[in-house]
Order: sequence, then C-alpha cells, then structure tokens
Amino acid sequence: MEYFIQQLINGLTLGAIYGLIAIGYTMVYGIIRMINFAHGEIYMLGAFISLIAFLVATTLGGASVAFGLLIALVSTMILTALWGWAVERLAYRPLRNAPKLAPLISAIGMSIVLQNFSQLSQGARVKPLPPLFKGGIELMHGNGFSVNLSYLQMVIMALTVVLMAVFTWVITRTSLGRAQRATEQDMKMAALLGVNTDRIISATFIMGATLAAVAGLMVTLYYGVIDFYIGFLAGIKAFTAAVLGGIGSLPGAMLGGLLIGLIEAFWSGYFSIEYKDVAVFAILVLVLLFRPTGLLGRPEVEKI
Amino acid sequence: MAGVNMTAALRDGVIGAVVAAALALPMLGFRLVDSSQALTLSTRFDWVAWAALAVGLGRFALALLRDTLPGRLPALPDWGARFPKMRLYVGWGMAGFAFVLPFLPIADRALVDKATMVLIYVMLGWGLNIVVGLAGLLDLGFVAFYAVGAYSYALLATKLDLSFWVSLPLAGVFAAGFGIMLGFPVLRLRGDYLAIVTLGFGEIIRVILQNWQDFTNGPAGIGAIPRPSLFGLVFTANAPEGKTTFADYFGLDFSGNHRVIFLYFIILVLALLTNLFTLRIRRLPIGRAWEALREDEIACRSLGLNPTTIKLSAFATGAMFAGFAGSFFATRQGFISPESFTFIESAVILAIVVLGGMGSQIGVVLAALLLVGLPEWFRELQQYRMLAFGGAMVLIMLWKPSGLLAHRSPTIRLNQEAG
Repeated sequence: MEYFIQQLINGLTLGAIYGLIAIGYTMVYGIIRMINFAHGEIYMLGAFISLIAFLVATTLGGASVAFGLLIALVSTMILTALWGWAVERLAYRPLRNAPKLAPLISAIGMSIVLQNFSQLSQGARVKPLPPLFKGGIELMHGNGFSVNLSYLQMVIMALTVVLMAVFTWVITRTSLGRAQRATEQDMKMAALLGVNTDRIISATFIMGATLAAVAGLMVTLYYGVIDFYIGFLAGIKAFTAAVLGGIGSLPGAMLGGLLIGLIEAFWSGYFSIEYKDVAVFAILVLVLLFRPTGLLGRPEVEKI
Repeated sequence: MAGVNMTAALRDGVIGAVVAAALALPMLGFRLVDSSQALTLSTRFDWVAWAALAVGLGRFALALLRDTLPGRLPALPDWGARFPKMRLYVGWGMAGFAFVLPFLPIADRALVDKATMVLIYVMLGWGLNIVVGLAGLLDLGFVAFYAVGAYSYALLATKLDLSFWVSLPLAGVFAAGFGIMLGFPVLRLRGDYLAIVTLGFGEIIRVILQNWQDFTNGPAGIGAIPRPSLFGLVFTANAPEGKTTFADYFGLDFSGNHRVIFLYFIILVLALLTNLFTLRIRRLPIGRAWEALREDEIACRSLGLNPTTIKLSAFATGAMFAGFAGSFFATRQGFISPESFTFIESAVILAIVVLGGMGSQIGVVLAALLLVGLPEWFRELQQYRMLAFGGAMVLIMLWKPSGLLAHRSPTIRLNQEAG
C-alpha cells in the first residue's frame, strides 16, 4: 500500500510535466491540424535556458535560490516563447496552404536542427545540477517503507494546477481565447470576421512554448540532469498523451499526461523499467481501438 | 531600383537582428561548463553579436530582393508535365548509369560504398512510397520493418546457418507479417492517429531489440553476420572448406573491391525490383484501389471496396520491401544493433518520399541523392552534418512544398479521342 501511494505521487508528478508539454501539441493540432514535431525540442530548449538563466541569476544576484528560480522561471518563459514563435514564423507559416505533409517534414527538419544546435552550442555531455530543494514531508510510514512527498513535487503539482487555471481562464474568458476557439473551429470564417488568424496562430505557439518552458524548468529541477536529447522521448510521450486524451482537447491533454505518467510510474514500479515505454504505447493502441478519437475527443464528422 | 523601400528594409533588418540576438543570448551567449566541482558558465557574447549581425543583414538583403524582384523566386519548371516521355528516358538513363557506375574510372571503393548506401535509402523510399504515396497512409515507424528484416537475416544466419539467399525472402515474409500484425488494430484509425501509433510501434520494436538480451543480444548487437555468395562463390581471399572463391573461379586476382561491387549490384537489382513492382502494381486492381482509397475513402467504401484489406495489403507490401532492404543492410554491415533503427531513420525515409514529391519514383531517387548522398560527401564536417541535414529538409520544403517532382500523372486517363 505504501509503495502504491509512493508510485502514485511519482506518477502524478511525471504526469503533470507530460501534461504541460502535451497542451502545446494539442493546441497547435487543434488550430492548424499539424503535428508540431519540434515541440519536444522547444521543451528541451526550455530546460537548457532555465538552467542557464538560473546559473546567471545566482552568480549575479547573490545566493538566494528562491530568487534565482523566480528569475529563471520568468526569463525561461519569455525566451522559450520567443523560440517557439521564431520556429513557427520561419518553418511553418510559409507552409500554411501547402500540402498536408509539408509542414510535418518541415517540423521534423526543425526538430533535427534544434537538437543539433543545442548539441553543438552546449556540448553533448549530460548537464548535472545538484538538487536545490531538499527534504519533504513523510506522509505515511509502514512495513519498513515510508511514503515521501518532497517539496519539489509539491511545487511542481501546485505550479501545474496554477498554470492550468490561468490557461483555462485565458481560453474560456478572454478575447484572445475566444479568437483562438473561433480560429480552431473555422479559420476562414474567423478571418472573414476580422480575426487576425496569423497572429492567433503565433499566440498559440507562444502559449504552448511557454508551458513547455515551465515543464523544462521542472524537469531540470526534478531529475537534475539534462542533455540535448531529452526533447525527443518527452515529445513523443507528450504527443501520445495528447492523442490519448483526444487531440484538440485541453483537459484531454492534461488527463492524457497524467495517465501516461501514472502508467510509467506503476509499470516501472511493479513490472520492469525497461519496458515502460512499450507499456505506454500498448495502452495508447488499446485506448484508440475502443475510442478512436481518444478519451475526451469529439468524434470527427465525415463530410462528403 | 525605384520601388525599393529603404526604411522598411532597414526596419526588417533591425528587427531581425534584435530577435536573433534575443534567441541566441541564452544558447550561444553562455556555455555550460561542467567542471569537477560544479556546473559553471562561460560567456561568448561575440557569437551572439555575429548571429545578430548575420540575421540582420540577411533580413535586410531579403527585403531589398523582395522589392527588386517581381513576384516570387523562380521555381523549377515542371519538366515532368512538359515532356511526358522524358520521365521514361530519364528513368532508363539513370538505371543504365547505375549499372555501369562501378566500372567507370571515377568509381573507387568509397564511391561504390556511398552509392550502395544511397541505393538502400532509394529502396526504402520506394517501399514507403507504396504506403504513403500510393495508399496515403502516414507511417512514421517504417524503420521497424527495416529492423525486423535486418534482425531476421542476422538471426537466421547466425543461429540457423541459413544463407543470405534463403533468408532474404523469409525476412521479407517476417516483415510483411509484422506489417499485418500492426495493421490489424490500427488501420481503423485515421490520419494523424495512425501516424502516432506507427511511431509508437517503431519505438516498441527498438526497445524490445534493446532489452531482449537472450534473443537479440541487446544493445551490443549482432556481429559476424555472414556475407552473401554468388551461386556458392564466396568473396574472401581464401576459400573455406568445400567452397570456391569468386576470384579463383574467374581467374582474377583477389580484390576486396569485388565484394563491394557485388553488394552494390545486389541492392541495385533489389531496388529496381521494388520500382518495377510499384510501377506494375499501380496498373493492377489492387494498386488502383490504393490510389482510390487515398483520394476518397468514403467513395471507395460506397463502391464496395473493403478499406481494411486494401490498407493491410499496402502496409504489408511496403513492410516486405523494408524487410528486404533490412536484410541487405545486415549483410552489408556485417554488424547490426538497435542503434541503427532509431526514429531518425524513419524520418529520413519519410523525408525522402515527401521531398521527392509523393508518389514520384524519380523524385525519390533525387531526394535520396540529396539527403543521403550529399551528407556522405561531407562526412569530414561530421558535427555539422545533421544540422545541415535538418536545415535542408526545412529549406526544400519551403522552396517546393509539394516536393521536387510534384507532378503526378493520373494512372488512368479518359480516352477523349475515342469519343
């Protein structure tokens, strides 16, 4: 039982991170029907930028870890968002009316470029960061096994909840969110009604990149090691999460992320750590067999 | 230079420079240095300045060009459409050139080796073209079938002592079997859902190859894979028991080049077979059904075609050719490991198909030459190779969004003169 709860906590933490990345996939897919393959790389850039920003802030601004993290969080969000915007502007916007596979190939190319760019500019070796948040609270104790909820895990979950709340508010209550939903439903009609769709799509990429940046910061703190290759697997898993939850649906992305995190944690806890990725994809296939549009996805209407 | 708007161009340049500086500041301006005590930073702000300068000047020049040149950049003329016969001649010409290539004076061992590598990708591209170009199913895990083919041959040869020529068809059958196995559950899915499931399948195969130590030898891979023979003639300096070497039989001096050229011809013939198969099957009912399904699934269903079997057959056929290519890859390398079958390979093959212009056979050859052949030449620039590769993918797509040879002639044409 204690072991189960510990895995539940670990899985939820991991799931929160996946969920944040998945939102970027699902929003972009919802609005321009394209798999943004470079999104995993944006998250990787977020991890690097956060590490660099944190080191800059602590060297310049004294020893306060909390202050350094706050600076790192804000500057990472801004700079990574800029990267997300630049990728969209360079590689996707010119292909808005191109055949369907063109943006996909462009995105894969962009992902290769960003990966190798980080490898060349920051080196191929794994970058370690000593743990900043130490300690936590012991929730339970029994059978010689104690269940720990570390402060970092609490911060990750709290931050995720706050971001989700802000995000839901933006999408459902603001004029930007209304324009986004309009563009998602019918881009041409939205443009005719005076929505600047190019700007809305840019905003979507910026929002997705911002969330990915936060996920990158969290991963840097949580695992303490990053390298130029982390974007690939996290990207695939987050995209799987988006599909699992029903691509195009925001709550679906978060739900999918949590599920993937839980599956991974429980599978590596109870079965084998090597085959956790196999388990993730097998469950994806199973879910899609019975619900071809994902858990919370709306069925697509086929029109003739 | 009347229409040149200098202020706008300058503004473009300055904005570009500022954005580039902001982008470059964290990633280029600082470098994480990992010393023994702790992670520290070193700075190199001059790089940021150079990046900003380059982008700013580039934007400025682009803006000027846009004002001076009327309209867009000139596009490649559509030769395919203008000279329908030319396509045929070009095809034959390329095949003929490929056959004489090893005997040309320019052909040294390295060149034939590189050509072999390109041909593997041409064959894979043609195989994937059946799935993506003809049947319109987006497959992001094609490398899985390539891996199945490679491991089939490697295991059959090392554990059961089967020869290359016996294993080759078996490898194709295994790969096709995997194609059907994957196809059954997922072919109900549409478009992008299919893409992610195939991607996941590719990863599953790789993870299994990596972790099933007893069977696949895990990350260490399988070595000492036997080389193919020509009707029992082996390509070694000294013949093993009861075998004759190729050099002895034909009274030649032994040369390592013989085997390289022999391997080149095997893959050339295999690739051309794939091409011939594709060209022929497009005229058969099943091939027409693939193309019809790509264009309109609902119309197909209402005409009584069964989408599941049609998609399955396309999947299995593509997988079979990947399996052939895989076993050739195994015998050429003599060593395989899961490292060779990562997602990036799937991406490269898909890029070859899409960059070539979907469904265009010659386009696949051009794209393979461009994406695989060129980087092979620049191996010296090892670390910048993949950067340039990714950049080329983006630039070609921006330049020709529907591929290099996008023109696609209809398979059947209404005979208007007859009417």
